[in-house]
Amino acid sequence: MPLELTAEQQAIANGIRGEGAAMAMRIVAATARLMEAPSLIPIASAHIDGALYHGDSGTLFAEKLVAGDARVAVRATLNVGSIDLTGCSKNLLPLHERAMARRMMDAYRKLGCEPSWTCAPYQAGHRPARGTDVAWGESNAVVFCNSVLGARTNRYGDFLDIACAISGYAPYYGFHRPENRRATVVFDVSGLDPAFLRSEVAFPILGSLYGRELGDAVGVVAGITADPGEDALKAFGAAAASAGAVGLFHVAGVTPEASDLAAALQHQPPLAVIRVTGAMVNDSRRRLSTAVTMDRLDAVAIGSPHLSVEEFDRLEALIAGRHLKMPLYACTGRHALAALEASGSRAALEACGVVIVADTCVVVTPILPDIPGAVLMTNSGKFAHYAPGNTGYGVIYGSMAECVTSAVEGRPILGAAG
Amino acid sequence: MKARVLVNGVGAKACGLVLTAPISFWGGVNPKTGLIADVRHPQHGLSISGKVLCLPGTIGSSSAAAVLLELVTANLAPAALVLHEPDAILLLGLIVAQEMGYSTPIALQLDRQEFGRLEGDNISISSSGEITLA
Repeated sequence: MPLELTAEQQAIANGIRGEGAAMAMRIVAATARLMEAPSLIPIASAHIDGALYHGDSGTLFAEKLVAGDARVAVRATLNVGSIDLTGCSKNLLPLHERAMARRMMDAYRKLGCEPSWTCAPYQAGHRPARGTDVAWGESNAVVFCNSVLGARTNRYGDFLDIACAISGYAPYYGFHRPENRRATVVFDVSGLDPAFLRSEVAFPILGSLYGRELGDAVGVVAGITADPGEDALKAFGAAAASAGAVGLFHVAGVTPEASDLAAALQHQPPLAVIRVTGAMVNDSRRRLSTAVTMDRLDAVAIGSPHLSVEEFDRLEALIAGRHLKMPLYACTGRHALAALEASGSRAALEACGVVIVADTCVVVTPILPDIPGAVLMTNSGKFAHYAPGNTGYGVIYGSMAECVTSAVEGRPILGAAG
Repeated sequence: MKARVLVNGVGAKACGLVLTAPISFWGGVNPKTGLIADVRHPQHGLSISGKVLCLPGTIGSSSAAAVLLELVTANLAPAALVLHEPDAILLLGLIVAQEMGYSTPIALQLDRQEFGRLEGDNISISSSGEITLA
């Protein structure tokens, strides 16, 4: 079925809103033809992952849109950039890359995007209503938007996210279609120890397992008896989307399209049921760590996705005013930073040795010092996945309490309470 | 052989490189050299530049298109891309490169069962998707 554009869409492609908007509309239409979408649909908002520097061509693309007088047609928040513009943390990018990364961040601002600079826009006031179509990038934000908010988005990659935001339209396929949101796999955790399911590490560990098992399939988690809360679902989705190409999950009795198991399955039988065992959990936990020995630790990093104010409250309580023997990098967005400054928590945390990283994070841009054989401890399934390749640091996975105890003692300590 | 054209582009006359495992372009291909950088990938160290690159699948990052655009602008792109199924995240790199005024390699869709036939040194691909093996 060939793509049909409305008269308005065709007029935008022909330049009625300027050359920048025309280029954006041509990119959206070309993608729709590639994916065999029959039409374009209006979107309510966008979250833009394209402002992270990967090379000069990305900067020149954004500046070409600016030169063509493009402006976003819908609300568009920005994901992390390559530079901490708040000045909380220092960046080791070489001069040319640093300048081009800065130009890229400036260009996206000029297009009308909000300088939110966070991978957790859903905790910074950007929460589209259930059932609305949006165009979001950044894998964890995509999965949270679909799964926890019940808004509808595909996994929008670089360039397409901003093209949709400027044109105001997205190709109609994938998760925009209700029938594609049906769970086909049941991920049954009812056989696991309830004490484990209540622990902080349960959701990152299970998310990582879920991502490897499901790939790009839609699944429903069954056997969760109490609402785990938003930060746990955030950690689950981020781990799932870094281990597999997960864009949408359901949790029976918890997430909006899964009032119960049957609803998530859209009242059809599942194609597969995965009964999660304690042995699978232990294996998943083991895979999150890559460090071969427990004899050194160089840094602790938390906040992927970016920490919420509630997570900072827990961090402050766990540190309890103690001095850290090594840097604990706490990555977050300006939304949380503003609250921390207002409450005095920022000063208190920094006095203990916490390094707050805002606008960016330690796995997407060089912030960690280059130390051969260095080891990092984290409670984030996503950091655990990307840190070895992107930073060269080995990883030890542990809870936030274990991360804090280890930073206080200056060596890896697992088994801390909390 | 005739394949579906996913993204229009310049035809090719080149040797084939059939990857035996899916790859993430971001982190998996070095945009400054065109070499496969993922140490866990079976074809680690080979160059994808100037090849008829057959991809059994792509994984991971939404920044694959940014890496492909970098390869095009640095003259390090494959001569043609052959995919098992359309991939909006990767192929956006070609669509955007065309908007930026670059000529780009053609991208085709072919069942991955057929990839073995593209291992040769002398593969011609027309701009309409006709594949000829020498």
